[in-house]
Amino acid sequence: MRTARADLGAALFVLGLGLMAAWQSHVIPPSPIYAQVGPTLVPWLVTAVLLALGVGLTATALRGGWSQDIEELAEAPPLNRRALALLLAGLLANLVLIVPLGFTVAASAQFVLVAAAFGSRALLRNLVIAFIVALSAYGLFVKGLGVNIGAGVVEALVFGEPG
Amino acid sequence: MNAIDGLMLGFGHALSLSNLGWALLGCFLGTAIGVLPGIGPALTIALLLPITFSVSATGAFILFCGVFYGAMYGGSTTSILLNTPGESGSIITALEGAKMARSGRAGPALATSAIGSFVAGTVGTLGIAFLGPIVVELALQLGPAEYFMLMVLCFVTVSAVLGGSALRGLTSLGFGLLLGLVGVDLQTGQPRLTFGVPELLDGVNVVLVAVALFAVGETLYLAWRHVEGPAVVRPVGSIMMTRQDWRRSFWPWMRGAGLGFPFGVLPAGGTEMPTMLSYYMERKLVRPEHAEEFGTSGAIEGVAGPEAANNAAAAGVLVPMLTLGLPTSATAAIMLSAFQSYGIQPGPLLFTTQADLVWTLIASLFIANVMLVVLNLPLVGLWARILKIPQPQLYAGILVFATIGTYGISNSVVDLVLLYGIGIIAMFMRRFDFPVAPVVIGMILGPMAENAMRQALTISQGDWSVFVTRPISLVILLLALAALAGPRLYGVWARRASA
Repeated sequence: MRTARADLGAALFVLGLGLMAAWQSHVIPPSPIYAQVGPTLVPWLVTAVLLALGVGLTATALRGGWSQDIEELAEAPPLNRRALALLLAGLLANLVLIVPLGFTVAASAQFVLVAAAFGSRALLRNLVIAFIVALSAYGLFVKGLGVNIGAGVVEALVFGEPG
Repeated sequence: MNAIDGLMLGFGHALSLSNLGWALLGCFLGTAIGVLPGIGPALTIALLLPITFSVSATGAFILFCGVFYGAMYGGSTTSILLNTPGESGSIITALEGAKMARSGRAGPALATSAIGSFVAGTVGTLGIAFLGPIVVELALQLGPAEYFMLMVLCFVTVSAVLGGSALRGLTSLGFGLLLGLVGVDLQTGQPRLTFGVPELLDGVNVVLVAVALFAVGETLYLAWRHVEGPAVVRPVGSIMMTRQDWRRSFWPWMRGAGLGFPFGVLPAGGTEMPTMLSYYMERKLVRPEHAEEFGTSGAIEGVAGPEAANNAAAAGVLVPMLTLGLPTSATAAIMLSAFQSYGIQPGPLLFTTQADLVWTLIASLFIANVMLVVLNLPLVGLWARILKIPQPQLYAGILVFATIGTYGISNSVVDLVLLYGIGIIAMFMRRFDFPVAPVVIGMILGPMAENAMRQALTISQGDWSVFVTRPISLVILLLALAALAGPRLYGVWARRASA
């Protein structure tokens, strides 16, 4: 039977996860106090399980994989590069902007990019919606619930400098 | 305390103005998020967890349970009008419900699912009230060894028995257990799986993981598979059911409720299996003159039965959660972590140490059911309008709230990196059909299982045989092994038999 390359990738990822768990279990320092079950036993147990599952999944992938047998996956539409790239750009924009410029700017940038990923072309309208949603969410969480979600330029203008 | 006294006490507290307010808010919010495709109760409750800092435990849990029940009601609306299940328990409802909507009978389909949900929710909640104290009596006999084995059984059933494949389910569980291990080991003070990153010493936040799996991963996967084109929302029309509709719905409701509740109670969790079984049952039992409606114009039995099974199973899930502290669905696992953030340990003692809380909660479930059927029937037009929020802005908004929920925890960019990283893994999990619920359950139940194992081994002074010499522990272990090996052996046997 043909090897399923995509499934093999997923299986190898699980193996990699197991190896990573093994490395991290190995570097746990020995417990200074006596314990019937030390801190390393369960991590090693989980490592062993993950490695065994990784081997099992690899064997399945080499024998033709599983994705092709699942109707929902076999009939799914193909990878939409543009949508996925725009969405990832939105996540990245938020990650980069939230510390220097604050929540409202970062969230607005993310909102516009995500909306564009799902096919909305009304940039200006989305920007206005994004700004209103982000700023009112900020007001609700910071002023209403007392959860700080990152002040910045816009927040300082609207709500004043954080005291 | 027996069920009658408990309910009297509970209704006394639950009928206060503030608790009624929490229930109403929860029901409203729950229905709304149930209707919206892409948001489920687990994500919503995770995002609401910060209120545990400022709201009393009773108020918060009434709100959470309102959301949980409400999502079950709302999910069916989406299945019927949009032919896209709002949450996993409504997948089956979409089969017949969407066909009824296409042939102009959306109203009766919505009505039978709302009333069926009410009937089953009430039966299920009665089940919690009367079964709960009995389970508690039994659970008080269990020691740490039995508890550990119960958790192992729970791990096996939620990951290996349900879903497409034991290999992939267990892998998801392993990933969750790994996430649960991150941080300082509470017993020995040693850092585990932190990669030397100081932010990870406190462990990975549950809210972060839930948001990553259910919001970020889901949205990424939808973008991966995105095809341009607007969705069709069917008009509701009149929601009146004819006499015949009532007659045809009644027994499916009863059978669905009877089927759903036990499935919820068993640590097999999930609403997919009972809804599916109920669908096949109704298809078999339907009167011959209506049989041809199945799969063509849509049969009301195929909506009434699965919807009732769905809600009864959802109620059933609360039994192991409240009495044993065992979560068998992602939503229950998030609720368990809410209990932990109040410093309350769910388990058999909950019914005695927190009797007020437990019974108020159960009474509120009855009240929530009444509220939901009222909210859902006359206001169905409002929910249908929610469905018209265009997808791009909806998903963009979901991600904004996902960011708030995560960044609000500790204002750390490390958390956002983790959020998006786990989100990307979740996207691939969807692509390769790895279930996500076992991740949440493994992450929350894992540390509790390790703790129970350590207690058991400390009592036995390191003697591992304690897990097989205590009879109840051994029985549960054998059950877990049977659950793991059973389907495989059956497969081999079936192949032999047919060869």
